[in-house]
Order: sequence, then structure tokens, then C-alpha cells
Amino acid sequence: MVKMTDLNVIDRPNWCPGCGNFGILIALKGAIVELNIEPENVAMISGIGCSGKVPHWIRTYGLHGIHGRALPVATAVKLSNNGLTVFTVGGDGDGYGIGMCHFIHTMRRNIDMTYIVHNNMIYGLTTGQTSPTSEKGVRTKSTPSGVIEVPVNPIALAISAGATFVARSFGGDVKHLQKTIVAAVKHRGLSFVDVFQPCVSFNNVNTYDWYKQRVYDLQAAGHDTTDKIKAFTKSQEWGEHIPIGIFYEVLSPTYEDELPQIKDTPLVKQLIDNIDISGLMDDFT
Amino acid sequence: MAINRLTWKIGGKAGEGIMATGMIFSQSCSRGGLHVYDISEYPSLIKGGHNNLQVRVEDREIFSQVKGVNILIALNKETILLHKGELVNGAGIIYDSSEVIEPKEINDNIRLYPIPFNNIIKEIGVQGIMKNNVALGASIALIDYDFGIVGEVIKDNFKRKGDKIIDENTRAAKAGYDYIKNNFKNDFEYKLEKTGKPGRMVLTGNDAICMGAINAGCKFYAAYPMTPASSILHFMAAQERRFNIVVKHTEDEISAINMAIGAGFTGVRAMTGTSGGGFCLMTEGYGLAGMLEVPVVIILSMRPGPSTGLPTWSEQGDLKFALNASQGDFPRPVLVPGDIEESFYLTQVAFNIAEKYQTPVIVLSDKNLAENHKSTDKFDPKKVTIDRGSYADPADLAASLDTTFFKRYKYTENGISPRTIPGMKKGIYTASSDEHDEEGSISEDIDVRIKMMQKRARKMDTLAKELKQPELVGSQDTDANADADITIIAAGSTKGPIKEAMILLEKEGIKVNFLQIVYLNPFPSEKVAEVLGSAKKTAVVENNFSGQLADIIKEKTGKDVDKRVLKYDGRPFYPEEIFTAIKEVVTHG
Repeated sequence: MVKMTDLNVIDRPNWCPGCGNFGILIALKGAIVELNIEPENVAMISGIGCSGKVPHWIRTYGLHGIHGRALPVATAVKLSNNGLTVFTVGGDGDGYGIGMCHFIHTMRRNIDMTYIVHNNMIYGLTTGQTSPTSEKGVRTKSTPSGVIEVPVNPIALAISAGATFVARSFGGDVKHLQKTIVAAVKHRGLSFVDVFQPCVSFNNVNTYDWYKQRVYDLQAAGHDTTDKIKAFTKSQEWGEHIPIGIFYEVLSPTYEDELPQIKDTPLVKQLIDNIDISGLMDDFT
Repeated sequence: MAINRLTWKIGGKAGEGIMATGMIFSQSCSRGGLHVYDISEYPSLIKGGHNNLQVRVEDREIFSQVKGVNILIALNKETILLHKGELVNGAGIIYDSSEVIEPKEINDNIRLYPIPFNNIIKEIGVQGIMKNNVALGASIALIDYDFGIVGEVIKDNFKRKGDKIIDENTRAAKAGYDYIKNNFKNDFEYKLEKTGKPGRMVLTGNDAICMGAINAGCKFYAAYPMTPASSILHFMAAQERRFNIVVKHTEDEISAINMAIGAGFTGVRAMTGTSGGGFCLMTEGYGLAGMLEVPVVIILSMRPGPSTGLPTWSEQGDLKFALNASQGDFPRPVLVPGDIEESFYLTQVAFNIAEKYQTPVIVLSDKNLAENHKSTDKFDPKKVTIDRGSYADPADLAASLDTTFFKRYKYTENGISPRTIPGMKKGIYTASSDEHDEEGSISEDIDVRIKMMQKRARKMDTLAKELKQPELVGSQDTDANADADITIIAAGSTKGPIKEAMILLEKEGIKVNFLQIVYLNPFPSEKVAEVLGSAKKTAVVENNFSGQLADIIKEKTGKDVDKRVLKYDGRPFYPEEIFTAIKEVVTHG
């Protein structure tokens, strides 16, 4: 059985004390233990940002790549070895800003992997600029007179782009988050989890208390996760009451299911020293 | 009368089947044991606009196009007006008899073969689109070539489309053939005869790259379409189920290279391909692969820039870009195939270097090499042995602790650290784009930074030691002239016209040597410096504006070449142009 300690590393995370990322890291480890996945069979892929450092603080295989490009990397890791459990972790700037193009295309691709976005509605590592999820009017270092645009709605985007598992959770509620991540990994297909992550250094509006006063659990409220229209309606709720939990889940063939090339053997296990191209050469004569 | 030595050209509007007809002609010649080299020209649009393709045929191996066209198939009047200046004495034009050609428009020494395409098509009851086949058949009759071979090629090419399509195409070609035989005297000056020798492959540099990649065990190809690299994507996609390859047309080139990196990290041989604009988008990922020490092969197929430039034409303007793309210092091996055979073998070498040295490797091609066909002997699939590089010893891994990361970036003498891949027990580590220590953990420590930069750099030193220095060659791949009047230095697809030009120069009594640069990095500084020091005269021949190779030579050796022979109009060199330029250098300095 996999234990929490199997996932521990010697280094301590260098996030700010009280950072919402701590809760996400604990829930992530808890989910891997609960699912009993051997650490060497986990690939943790990230981009750049505070959350991008997660692979360094959990003892699984990891790739800490460049800003906004974790999803393509993760996609290929899964296609190359579909026996692995693949996670992508990143922030709102990484996923909804610079990486938005990959976000939309990954949602419609339905690779069997889990994407967790640490959404703190601010750029933390670059010391406090506006993010794609910053609310209109918020004053930051890069928007001293207030953000002019409206924020993106990741849940609505994911549903409309074709994601087969769309959920939201809260870093301040580790139990709910772990449960959500477990459900996400169990789902066959692309699972997307947007996580409210309080940033104690640069976002003094969306604090632990701010979320605690507003979030309510969709599952406790009896939400029908099979109904795409209802899921979309729920994604529009914002303000005094904000839903967390699974918005939408549907089973549909994964991208890997459509590839006979990897049906029997993952790519990485296929032998390459005896490939015969003589027929191919004949095709050209 | 000239036998087995001619250039055949077909032109018309885009969408009229110019390329397909040219391919049938090339294959028909090759199957008769003749050598072919074809070159196509097309604008960046789909229907309308002028397309043309010319095929040079000889009974010796040929390496490029030459000036002078012997037969022109003009599917429209525009083709005649655009290309009549290329016709040699005694050349013939096959064209639609409904076009009116004024005597003043054409020289007296050009023969005209008007053909009533529409009547013929109506008579035999095939679709109007078959006009190109009627013309093809007519040209076969004119040069008195074996129609049976053409019929076989048509049959093979349209196999998938069914018997009806094969029959229509064959009848159209035969009708054109018969029309010429029945209505004109058999006195055309240029003829082809089959040699009885076995046929060769007719393929492009891109085809060869794909065959090389497949033979090398490439299992993952990700790309975004961009001329002239798109046909690699098409080839790999068409073969993905036959050879168990996952081929992904991605949302952009950024995704393509990051996917290739993901696959390389996971232990799969992975490749991406693009042209300059796409490689601009890939540069950050290129550096990522360098930092993570992940094997990736990148095919960079050049076309003229800057920006969109001339999308469907050829240039070698990205040499310095390939050598310097992405921030910071890291090993950047760059291989430059000069012909179709090298495209096949060097692609395999690129995979070996990528895995052995755990680094991205660029294979630098250009449109001229990527898309033109040449008849080529079958490759030797066993010539390049697969080398997967260094993996961690499972016994060492078993003895390691469960609480630490594996030393994936261990400092070693040759710079190469044995690797692990996801799934390997106790091999766990995180590959980081941040500077990192031996375990892959982020480190900003002075000592770590210095040691890690040096470790990565040592890989390039190790590779440089492994490579053979290039050799000077004579005009027919023979030994070099010891007392050559001039030495030509070049890289990439200019090799073909240079080889042809060398033959022309030697006929004039000019002794010439050729030094081909295959490895742009690690650069063969030693040999190039030696050649520059000893040659009577030197010239670089490059398809770019500034003489990038000459600059690189200067940077690496401190020496200047005597002459930069440059061409940057988007068209490849003709051997005659190189001949004239080199002769000028030799005679007037």
C-alpha cells in the first residue's frame, strides 16, 4: 500500500506561510494514497508559477516545464505511456492566460488525465499583477486603475469546449478537494478541477474567509452532473453563493481509445530495433 | 538527335493535376532505369495561379535541375508565355489547339504540337480533368518512350481509387499518345529509351526524412502544418497505423514541440517538424529540451523569410537562427543533409545523437531538398545502428533510498548522465526548466550553476570528438584534386547543383574541390581552417542574402572565404549559375 510518507521529499515547499497551495499539495498526496497509485507510475507535469513547483515537493516523476505549456507535455506523456497516471498542475495565469489555447484544445481532446488549476485570481510569483480570473475593477500592480476586462469563467469554458469531467474545489477544504481529485482521477477521460487558492501575499480580497462564507457543495445540494445545460447554469453562479463540487461528468471514448497503435502496448514499450521499411521503400519505386 | 537526356516541363493552373502528372512521368522514367530529378514551382494558393513542374531525365545519376527545356506541356496559354524563353532549339510545345499562337510569339526553331484536348476527351468519354493525362500521353509519344511503363505507373498510382479511374486515366493517356503518333512525323529530336536496368525509388527529401525517422523507431510525431514541412506530417500520419506511430496535428507549433518533449521525457523517440515561422514559436521549447536534457529531433525545413516571406519557395536563410535559437547556452547539434540519401541517414543519426547526448537535435533542410523528387537507389536500413544512449542500471536503482530523488543530472566526465523514465522504480526525479542540482531540484547555488552549465557543455565536446571531420571531394565523389584551382564550401541542398557545376568546370579545365559541411554544430573548425589555409581559392555557395555560412566559418576559424556566391530570389541555384560564378573567381579573382 502506498503511504503518505512515500510521497514526501526532503525539501520543504518555499510557498508563503499560509499559502493555499499547501492544502492542494496535501489533498493531492492524499488522493494518490487513497487511490493507491505507486509513485513511479505518476507523472506530475507543471508550467511556471508558484503552483508550477508542485512536482518538486511530491515524490513522483515530474516535469516542471515552461510557462503555459504543461498540457501539451502531459498529453504526450500519457500518449507515450498510457499506463501512467498523469496530472497537470498549474496556476490561473499559466492555464487561462498564456496557456489558454492549449486549455481549450485539451478540454476537447479527452486524454485520460487530470488537470488541476490553482486559481488565486492573481499573479503571485511575479509579485501581484492581474490574472485572467481577476474580477473587474481589481487594482493590481499592472492595473493600478482597476481591471477593465471581465474575468474568464473556466468552468463554463471547459464545459463548452467539451471536457468530460468539470469540477471546482477549494484549497481551504482539503477533505472536499481530496474527494474531488479522487473522482477526477477515477473518471476515464480529461478531468478538469479548478481550485480556489487563497493568495495570502497579493490577494487580500479573495481570502480563506471570503471563500468560506460563499462556497456550497453542489453534491450536497443534489446537482445533476449529467445535465450539461444545468452544469452551464451553475457555472454562472457567482457572488454571495458560489458552487463547488462536480459540475458535469459524461463518459465518452478517450483519445487513447481511438488509437489502435497503443491498444495492446504503450508506445514506450514497443520494440524499435527491428522495424522493416522494405515495403515502404517498394511503395516509392 | 539526343537520346536519354532531356528536360520535360508541364505548366498550368493550380488544381489541374500538374504535380500528379509530373510524378507519373518521373516514375515512368525511373522504372525504365533512367535517372530523374524534378522540381516544382507553385504559388501559395489552391486553385488558379500558375503551377509548373519540370523533370530532368538522363541515363547517369543527376543531382539538380539544369537550364533548358526540351518539351513543354502547356495546359494554358500563360504557360507558353511564361516559359518559352527556357526552350532550347528543337524543343516542342504540346498545347490545346484552341489556343491561338501568333508566329511572332514563338521562335521558328520551336516545334508546335497543337492537340484538340476537348474533342479527344469527348470522343473517349472521360472527365475534362483528364486533359493532363492526354497531354502526358502525347509527350510520351513525342519522345518515343515505352507507353507500357506509363500504363503500369498509372495503374499503381490510382490503385486505391478503383478500376474505373485507372481505366479512364489510362485511356486518356493512350488517346494523347495515339494522337501524336497518328498526326505527326516521328522526327522529334529528343528521345528516351528504357535501359533495362531496375527502377529506383522516386522520392523527396521529406519522404527520406520520414523513412529515416520510421526506421530509427520514431514513435511520436507532433506538428502544425507549414510549407515545406507539411508533407512530413502527411507522410507520418499516413503511416501511423502501419508502423504504430502516434501522429498529432497540434493546435500550434508551441504545442508540437512541447508534446515532442513530453514523449521524449517518457522514453519514446519523438520528432517535430516545421519551417522558420513555426520554429520561432518553438524556440522556448527548444531551450526547454536543452535544459531538461530531453531527446527531441526537430526538422527545420527552410523557406525564404523574413516573416511569411515566400511561403512556397526555397532559401537557406535560417542557419544562424538554428544555431542560436532560444536563450542561454546549451548544446545545440545541427545537422544539414545535402541530398536525399543524407536526409534518410542523418535523420537516424539525429535520433541517436538526441538520445545518446540527451539533447534536442535540429535537422536543417530546405524547400528545394524537402519537396523535389530524385530517383534514388534503395536505402540500407541497417547502415545506422540504433543507439538508445545511457539508462540507469536497475541494480543501482534498487540499492537507492526511497526518500530521495534519483540523480538524473549526475555530474559525469563526458557530461552524459544515465537517465530514467517514468515507470522505473526508484528512478523518480523531476525534470526542471529552472537551473537544478544533480537530483533535478531547483538550485540557485553558485557551485551548482557552474558545474551544471559545464556538465551540459561537456556533452557537446564529447560529441565533437566522436564526429569525423569532413573530407574534400572531387567532381564525381572521387578523391579531391590535390592542386585544385578553387575549393567550394557549402552546406545543404546546394550540394546537388554544385556537383553538376563541378562537372561543367572540369570540362573547361578548371580543377575544383568541394567541402560539404554536414555538421553546422559541432562545427568542423579544424578541417575548415586547414582547407582555408591551404586552398588556392575558396568560395561559399549559399541560398541566402548575407552569406551566413561564410560568417559562421569566419566565427569558427577566424578566416574569410575569398568569394560568397549568393542567391536569394527564392529559387535554387542552377549549375550553370555556379559554373559562371566560380569560373569568374578563378579567372579574375
